[in-house]
Amino acid sequence: MNTELLGIIASFAITLVIAVPLGKYLAKVFAGEKTWTDFLKPFESIIYKLSGINPKEQMTWKQHLKAMLTINSVWLVYGFFALMYQDKLPLNPDGNAGMSPDLSFNTIISFVVNCNLQHYSGESGLTYFTQQFVIMFLHFTSAATGIAAAVVFFKAFRDKTTTTLGNFWEFFVKSITRLLLPISLIVGLILAFNGTPTSYEGKDQFISLQGDTVNVSRGPAAGMIAVKHLGTNGGGWFGVNSAHPIENPSYLTNMVEVISQMIIPIAMVLAFGYFIRRKKLAWTIFGVMTIGMFMLLIPTIMSELGGNPAIEKLGISQTTGAMEGKEVRFGPTASAYWSTVTTIISTGSVNSMHDSGMPLSGLWQLLGMMINSFYGGCGVGILNYFIYLIIAVFISGLMVGRTPEFLGHKVEAREIKIAAIITLLSPLLILAGTAISTFVFGAYGDADWAVKPANWLNNPSFHGFSEMLYEMTSSNANNGSGFEGLGDNNIFWNISTGIVLFLGRFLPIIGPIAIAGLLGAKKYIPESAGTLKTDTKTFALMTFAVILVLNALSYFPALALGPLAEYFTMIGLRE
Amino acid sequence: MKSQSNKLFEPTLVQTALKQSFIKLDPRVMIKNPVMFTVEIGTLVMAYVTFYSISNTGQGSALYNFFIFLVLFLTLLFANFAEAIAEARGKAQADSLRKTREETPAKLILADGTIQQVSSSQLKKGNIFICEAGDTIPTDGEIVEGIATIDESAITGESAPVIRESGGDKSSVTGGTKVLSDEIKVMVSTSPGESFLDKMIALVEGASRQKTPNEIALTILLASFTLVFIIVCITLKPFADYANTPITIAALISLFVCLIPTTIGGLLSAIGIAGMDRALRANVITKSGKAVETAGDIDVLLLDKTGTITIGNRKATQFYPSKGIPREVFIKLCLLSSIPDDTPEGKSIVELANQLLPIGAVSSSEKEGMDFIKFTAETRSSGVKLSNGNQILKGASDAMRNITQKAGFNFPEDTAEEVKKISSNGGTPLVVTENAVVMGVIELQDIIKPGISERFERLRKMGVKTVMVTGDNPLTAKFIAEKAGVDDFIAEAKPEDKMNYIKAEQQQGKLVAMMGDGTNDAPALAQADVGVAMNSGTQAAKEAGNMVDLDNDPTKLIEIVEIGKQLLITRGTLTTFSIANDVAKYFAIVPALFIASIPALQGLNIMGLHSPESAILSAVVFNAIIIPILIPLALKGVAYKPIGATALLRRNLFIYGIGGVIAPFIGIKLIDLVVGLFV
Repeated sequence: MNTELLGIIASFAITLVIAVPLGKYLAKVFAGEKTWTDFLKPFESIIYKLSGINPKEQMTWKQHLKAMLTINSVWLVYGFFALMYQDKLPLNPDGNAGMSPDLSFNTIISFVVNCNLQHYSGESGLTYFTQQFVIMFLHFTSAATGIAAAVVFFKAFRDKTTTTLGNFWEFFVKSITRLLLPISLIVGLILAFNGTPTSYEGKDQFISLQGDTVNVSRGPAAGMIAVKHLGTNGGGWFGVNSAHPIENPSYLTNMVEVISQMIIPIAMVLAFGYFIRRKKLAWTIFGVMTIGMFMLLIPTIMSELGGNPAIEKLGISQTTGAMEGKEVRFGPTASAYWSTVTTIISTGSVNSMHDSGMPLSGLWQLLGMMINSFYGGCGVGILNYFIYLIIAVFISGLMVGRTPEFLGHKVEAREIKIAAIITLLSPLLILAGTAISTFVFGAYGDADWAVKPANWLNNPSFHGFSEMLYEMTSSNANNGSGFEGLGDNNIFWNISTGIVLFLGRFLPIIGPIAIAGLLGAKKYIPESAGTLKTDTKTFALMTFAVILVLNALSYFPALALGPLAEYFTMIGLRE
Repeated sequence: MKSQSNKLFEPTLVQTALKQSFIKLDPRVMIKNPVMFTVEIGTLVMAYVTFYSISNTGQGSALYNFFIFLVLFLTLLFANFAEAIAEARGKAQADSLRKTREETPAKLILADGTIQQVSSSQLKKGNIFICEAGDTIPTDGEIVEGIATIDESAITGESAPVIRESGGDKSSVTGGTKVLSDEIKVMVSTSPGESFLDKMIALVEGASRQKTPNEIALTILLASFTLVFIIVCITLKPFADYANTPITIAALISLFVCLIPTTIGGLLSAIGIAGMDRALRANVITKSGKAVETAGDIDVLLLDKTGTITIGNRKATQFYPSKGIPREVFIKLCLLSSIPDDTPEGKSIVELANQLLPIGAVSSSEKEGMDFIKFTAETRSSGVKLSNGNQILKGASDAMRNITQKAGFNFPEDTAEEVKKISSNGGTPLVVTENAVVMGVIELQDIIKPGISERFERLRKMGVKTVMVTGDNPLTAKFIAEKAGVDDFIAEAKPEDKMNYIKAEQQQGKLVAMMGDGTNDAPALAQADVGVAMNSGTQAAKEAGNMVDLDNDPTKLIEIVEIGKQLLITRGTLTTFSIANDVAKYFAIVPALFIASIPALQGLNIMGLHSPESAILSAVVFNAIIIPILIPLALKGVAYKPIGATALLRRNLFIYGIGGVIAPFIGIKLIDLVVGLFV
């Protein structure tokens, strides 16, 4: 077995070694049980007191959603203006300009919703102030929002019948103090000691071997890069994200970053099991997600290691696989692993350029984001998964001859209606968004925007289509990675993806919480031999089939026109 | 009634259904089924495109468009036919029940007491009519005066006549049944057109048919899938423009119709109606479709012991003479005491005694001149006074102990011991005395119906808990409960005990079903989630429950639970099948759409279909004919197997999920082979 493969196996193994105990720990923290981090309680009390919060106050699911939406809209307004007027604010040693309103609109939504689609380049587009107090601040809060939302969902199934689901602010604060801050500190330190900058000074200079003067952007980046991964945010300090030599200097930091982006999503799945005292259910869900991940990862590695037939035709040997757009210090296997991880969980940071990957890799990345629940983002991954699960529960409930029920609560028309709307949302946003883009590209090529629609695409034809499809998919999934090669900093993409981002974030949080809230308030039906058990392999298979079929049916034509058409054309070259 | 034909497609019904399939094309009716409604719109568009393409180019040949139009139109008709045939079958079944009671002459008693001959349809609620031996009872009612034996075979298929009398729980009579003896006065309990059968027919016909909650939920899910595919198809147009691939309207609509779940959409209401129809075939009238569905969810089943679990009457099984009494003498006394006794218990004693005694043990002179001492609530014993003056009594042990002790005799120890033993074994002891001297004890036992414990086992595997309700003491009840294999029992049950038990179970979130007949069962029947009233029961009981069992068969509940489960399973499996079908349809149509401008996509044509046109046509043809192919399954229901939920899911997922993926690959390929010859 080669070392590249060993590298990713080790990464995944270490991820599990950390995530399993972390899940148990999180369940305890949010259940209010004793943990070793209780020494932080006084610190939290100060926060509660300062903000006038009573963490003991119980909220219904509606109150939770109100709290979540209120605080998120405050950040939206604050960030929008901070970004627009950043040139007038302190900590701007490189003298970077303020953002245009449409870019600021896109950027702030993008960071509030934990997506981190970046239509700018961090080095020149932001100041140290906005990097730290808008971007990094939101890295924490948006991740904490997702985690707190997931805990509300957990709470609905912990007791037999309940209408009160804990306190949103308590979950939110604890997500930061007990989870994100401490681990960020550790990861940040590792990165800093391995070469990622942590300085407030402006650009550095050196003279290259060719004798050119090179300006190197820097800044207090290490801490932000830590939380960008931990919180599945993905928005990097530098434009090229974790492919950048000082954002991700070595194979070691690469491992640290790829591990840190996976631990919380996995831990949250397991925490669900510990929290509601149904460990087997959580492990079953984890199993489905993991198999899903490997089904995307293995073909990605294979297509990348196989190399590009077009280059092969030129007579160039590709002993290390397809290297275009990849960093030599990581290699194609680690890049493939990263690209899979970053798309299935909604991080969206990159360590290679997805645009340069093989067509099929693009297919798997797109599919990973469309499904968006093989682990998924911080907290929201399990919420997304829940929608698939409810549909699986409904159909399989019928197949065993009982009104469908989940964990002792009947799933009826109202819950199905919500699940149906959420299921509908992704195809609507992704397909309609891409359709409008292709239409504008074709019909209004000359529109007077920052980038003319006719010049949007770096690549014509199928690949160009994939670029647009990818951008919309990434926005809807709150992923934030770009296929790149798309001229996206203009009013069309800023506004359209801004809207997709917003809807793609909040509706899929509201939906599952509403369903959970409704179910939790229903009478608890004890299990019998006729009850469909949701923690069995058979039901796992059913859920997997629902995920696969729903996504395949929604996106097959689009994928056929993008990556599949490109792939079949490419293998045509071989002959 | 049981002999009602079970053929799925009777020619006359098919005829009605065919006519209905066209009538149901009315968009105002169609819109109730969102999936098929979109197909109707697609069909209309194709009609337009066909005309358009006669004189214009760019949308393919008119003939090809016409074929697509035709297939879509057939898809609609097939779906309507499925619903119509289900309705026709249900209606035919109900009609044949109703026919028995139409236009029978009735003897109406007028206010002044005179009797007037009228037709049954003229009877109104509250009217009183009289029926004599040989009359057919004109309509449902309640006996206000008299007692009669009645032949109910027209309704129940049971040939043995039953006794109905005023007051009490056996006062209800059903229209269409025949009075065999005596005379009764009956008060009409329902207005014409409002009887349960009328209600049931209305439910089946659709006018008052309401979607059940589960059906609504499924419709929502299917509608959302339909919306997804609307999005997919609409966005495909700009996508194709981008790729410089013109897509014809015919191709787009075909793709859409193939993708939306037309199979389940077309069969959904048929499945629901067929569920009620199956209940009716089991001679159960349901008052709503929801009741059938709920039956599938039942967690707890309350069953009366008598008639359900046991054959109904206790039988003598053993004779235990007291110390010093010869066995043969004792048996002879028992026999003598029971000869004139025509209760089932008495008869069983005679039967058993005759088996044990040698022929001629009792001379005919002994039998002559005996006087029967009737059972009364006070003496709690019965017996005979022989011509020689000897008095033989049999009765409950405490009653007999009183008699013995009053006469100054002792109650023998060994008999007392035997009495206790019999009780603890679930039997009933009958102590026999001769002239107040205890002679021994007879053991009576409940006889558990053969095969009943297997049925309970089946129910247990479905996750249904069975509860036996009995008036017996707890000891007896426990013994029988164990022997029959029920999970729980209510002993010494009073009507309010049933009610309390139901409430307690419901408190825990369980659904409870029960069967009852008496007026005092009415509150419990109303409280239960599924209350099945026996047709022989009182009007109050029938009003309170949500089903009426025409056979008066207490084991019917078990069948009802299975019908309910079958209904849901049929819905679930056909949904799965319908969605799974889409995978193959994609592989047929998507390459066909783009192959002209992107030849590389030939790689997706894994079925190797002949041409784009034949591929699309084959897919829509498959999509259409799968509906009639599945109609028999929808009407009969997918078989329910009590193998536990997970195993059942695995089985159905395998058959209808994997099968649903594979079947259309084969079907479309085969159709393509044929279509390819012409296109």
